[in-house]
Amino acid sequence: MPELPFPLPPLPTAPQVVFIMIAVLAVIGSLTVVLARNLFHSALGLVAAFFGAAGVYIVAEAEFIGVSQVLVYVGAISTLITFAIMLTRGMMFGATSPRNRQSGTAAIITALTFVVLVALMRGIPWPQAGEPITDGQAIIAGLGFAFVNQYVIPFLLLAMLLLVALAGAIMLARDRK
Amino acid sequence: MNWSDALIQLQYNLGAPQELSWLVEGITYFIGAFVIANAALVLALLLIWITRKVVSRIQDRIGPNRLGPYGLFQTVADAMKLLSKEDIKPTSADTPSYLIAPVLSVMGVLMALAVIPFGAGLIGADLNVGVLYLVALGSIGIMAALMAGWGSNNKYALLAGFRVVAQLLSYEIPMVLAMFAPVLLVGTMRMQELSQAQSLYLGPINLGLGWFIFLLPGAFLIYFIAALAESEQTPFDLLEAESELIAGFHIEYSGMKFAMFFLAQFLNSFFLGAIAVALFLGGWQGPFAGQVPLLGPIYFLAKTFFIYVVIQWIKGTFPRVRIDQMMQFAWKVLVPLVLALILAQMIIMKLPLPGWINSLLVLVANIAVVLAVLNIMGNYFKREQVRSKRAFAPKSLIGTMQPVNSSAGD
Repeated sequence: MPELPFPLPPLPTAPQVVFIMIAVLAVIGSLTVVLARNLFHSALGLVAAFFGAAGVYIVAEAEFIGVSQVLVYVGAISTLITFAIMLTRGMMFGATSPRNRQSGTAAIITALTFVVLVALMRGIPWPQAGEPITDGQAIIAGLGFAFVNQYVIPFLLLAMLLLVALAGAIMLARDRK
Repeated sequence: MNWSDALIQLQYNLGAPQELSWLVEGITYFIGAFVIANAALVLALLLIWITRKVVSRIQDRIGPNRLGPYGLFQTVADAMKLLSKEDIKPTSADTPSYLIAPVLSVMGVLMALAVIPFGAGLIGADLNVGVLYLVALGSIGIMAALMAGWGSNNKYALLAGFRVVAQLLSYEIPMVLAMFAPVLLVGTMRMQELSQAQSLYLGPINLGLGWFIFLLPGAFLIYFIAALAESEQTPFDLLEAESELIAGFHIEYSGMKFAMFFLAQFLNSFFLGAIAVALFLGGWQGPFAGQVPLLGPIYFLAKTFFIYVVIQWIKGTFPRVRIDQMMQFAWKVLVPLVLALILAQMIIMKLPLPGWINSLLVLVANIAVVLAVLNIMGNYFKREQVRSKRAFAPKSLIGTMQPVNSSAGD
């Protein structure tokens, strides 16, 4: 075998390949959200981005959060957004573009945020490998236990917040006699 | 012993080198996925045949009986016809969502197969969030229907899309909470452990009859009703009400794309039945399933087909509900009922009592809560009916006039 003038990069491992595929899905989805001419396509791109995020969680061996991500974000929030778009926009009369003249400003701010985030992340000493997780069951049980013991007050406050939001929505939407 | 471990061992025994373990594992999981997905697609042919036979018997017809024994190949011929049809796309349809929607609808249904326990070691992937995974998959179906309804650029399809969201999201809540009842009882979301927990030991022999339906009949009933709505079966098939919406969100689809939606719907009702079997009807448990492992898949499939035939029986006998009745039923009957059931079960399970008294109390509480809530809601709806009749009483003479006796004229 002839000697190469430069060392070959190491072959990506299977989790890395899966991560790259998921990341590409998430990035394409996010770009669709911002750049699509059609608002409905933006909503669909958002769904793809949420799936990508769920995939990242699953690659990181956090199945519970990944599945919850699909359940909450894809199942509820995206459906709500899509539904709102379908109800409020004149869907039958051609595409409506969500773009306006502020896209240049938004691009600059996004680029600055990216730079700051990269600078922050480079400063953090990331652990190279965590403890291998033997049983996912323990994580879910631990999560549930923490919710009703250590974090019971924040948990109840969150529930209260959701209830208030629900009651407020009903107050706004009910027909006034 | 898991099926994948057995298959990997078999490959090593046949002489596969240990260094190629990634290839061996890849082949194993590919075989598993290939078999399971294709078996489901072939199964759909059988399911459509069962539906047609059962419904025609109910309607005093014979049903398909020309092609093959008992007309078994009728569906194959229909599939061939659909495959050979022209692929039509409406000019003003939104191309990406129009094309992706049928694929997505079948994908969401097929993914459920991964966590269905067919036998003691026969499960695609025993996720530790199995039940939650099944719940999350429902959202893919909703997205597919929305995309189809919107992408077709047809007002009936769009109306059906609105109905899809309303119906599927509303019935998801009682369904998920009803699935929560057995999870609470066992304390795990693994499908395989849920099936294993439904055994009943008489001495050393596993009778396999400790099904959760005997402990949680109320939860099973709620799950079954909500599953009917989730799989768009007859009392709740408003999404494709032919007389109102022509064919619902797949009105603009033809040929194989239409067949994909059809396939997804049949498979979905079968899989929701399979989940009902795994959670409430003992899964692969049954008499002597512990001694003869081959009996497990047979029991599982027999129970699932039984549920499927019951669904078709309902399809042949029940009229379709109105959309306001359907939403009221979900939010005013099923949700309070299932919340009361879960609350009662949680309180009883925390009581410091011996196991069998606890189980008995769960059963008693289940029946009592169902009866009490149904009684309260029944009284409420009786009053409501009188009230709404008064509210909608005709103010003018139109509509109050009696039909003229026609025998006077001629």
